[in-house]
Amino acid sequence: MAKVEQKIVPLNGDNAVAYAVKQCDVDVVAAYPITPQTIIVEKFSEYVADGEVDTAFVCVESEHTAMTCSITASATGARTFTATASAGLALMHEMLGVASGCRTPVVMSVVNRALSAPINIHCDHSDAMCERDIGWIQIYAENSQEAYDSIIQAFKIAENLDVMLPTMVGLDGFVLSHTLENVSILPDDAVKKFVGERQVPQVMNHEGELVPFKLDPAKPLTIGPLDLHDYYFEHKRQQEESMIKALDVIKKVHDEYSKQSGRTYGNGLVEAYRLDDAEIVTVCMGSTAGTVKTVVDELREKGIKAGLLRIRAFRPLPVKDIISNLAGKKAVAVMDRACSFGGNGGPLFHEIRHAVYDVPNRPKLVNYVYGLGGRDMQPHMIETIYNELQKIAQTGQVEETVQFIGLRE
Amino acid sequence: MSPQPKNWKEIPLGGACWKSSTEYKTGDWRSYKPIWNSEKCTRCMFCHIYCPEGAIKYEPETNDMVFDYDFCKGCGICANECPATAIEMVLEGKE
Repeated sequence: MAKVEQKIVPLNGDNAVAYAVKQCDVDVVAAYPITPQTIIVEKFSEYVADGEVDTAFVCVESEHTAMTCSITASATGARTFTATASAGLALMHEMLGVASGCRTPVVMSVVNRALSAPINIHCDHSDAMCERDIGWIQIYAENSQEAYDSIIQAFKIAENLDVMLPTMVGLDGFVLSHTLENVSILPDDAVKKFVGERQVPQVMNHEGELVPFKLDPAKPLTIGPLDLHDYYFEHKRQQEESMIKALDVIKKVHDEYSKQSGRTYGNGLVEAYRLDDAEIVTVCMGSTAGTVKTVVDELREKGIKAGLLRIRAFRPLPVKDIISNLAGKKAVAVMDRACSFGGNGGPLFHEIRHAVYDVPNRPKLVNYVYGLGGRDMQPHMIETIYNELQKIAQTGQVEETVQFIGLRE
Repeated sequence: MSPQPKNWKEIPLGGACWKSSTEYKTGDWRSYKPIWNSEKCTRCMFCHIYCPEGAIKYEPETNDMVFDYDFCKGCGICANECPATAIEMVLEGKE
């Protein structure tokens, strides 16, 4: 597929997501508004009201129902989307496991926001980090352009027959969701062709007959009922296998998409920025990567060998790519926009440290928890981190493994 | 339950049922078994109505209440509700 002509439109992150969903030929959207995701649902309901999309829009009374409705719609073979944030995602928690267990490829944008209490509407990753082990693919966007691109890719990843897993696309609350940005938009027909029609696999039903994996009165099938010690474990192993397969699918979908868009985000799983000859490296997810890149450029001008590894796919965790990018580096700082209370570091730190454990020439690793509740992550703070990394690289000594940055001490 | 349970590569995804639930004999779960006393029974059908599993039927030809032990989980609701105390719950293996 050749590169297609694109239109540049000023959109904030939420509008970019709504626009992508509009182009993806979605059958059902069931959603409940919550700051900072509201614009997505609001904008999409306008598309429905104006007849711009052929989508059944279900106004539900809570996020728990938004997810329940999405699961059941998806189980009938419908392409399904929903969006949420923070407390809304927390309220969905029970049903998120049902979505992944029933293998319903729902796509959801999570506009990352802090969890209560105290109540806070601004960005951090605490909401999605709580759903790390729930069986959803998690992709994090750096900017609104990537949020747009990732939503389109997400349908193709989730619905891939080797994957069949629900997928969430994270975008930072307010920093992206409410900030206007120039976003390149693919033509409607190019997106429609790219995502294609949703396919379903064939499975054996209770009468020993091969039927499509969807709820259809003409070919009855029961999905996800009671499963005790005899088969539950086997079903969970299947989910793990599909997560492993998703690693390749995410890369392939990313590559196929970039042929049309001309945009790449690393290899789709991780993005290495000025990393080849880097000695000191930070690792982060989401919009902060944009600020880090600026700082890296400034440090490079001073001759400091700084680099960045941005994790785009948090689930499945691209362990091989993390290893190949971090092995042999002198010092690495993992930046967590979430806190795992009592866990000796944030969740991303745990993941990265686990990934490089078996590597003989693994770097020294430290963790910085930052930006909770929307606290601004400023360039000088990132510079402080790189300064600390330089000290560690020189001495080989880590004084404090887990630190908080941007906090009044 | 099949004699050779399938492995994780063989079963359909998403917990889709490849067998009818009638093949899943939940009577295995029972620890107390309802024993029916034909002489005490007045055929009021309370047990048939109350049974949450639909495991008690009336057989008109023989005038018997018939218990399906493949699906009776031994909850004891029938014995509890029987106005004629015609059903006794007996520990499995002691009946």
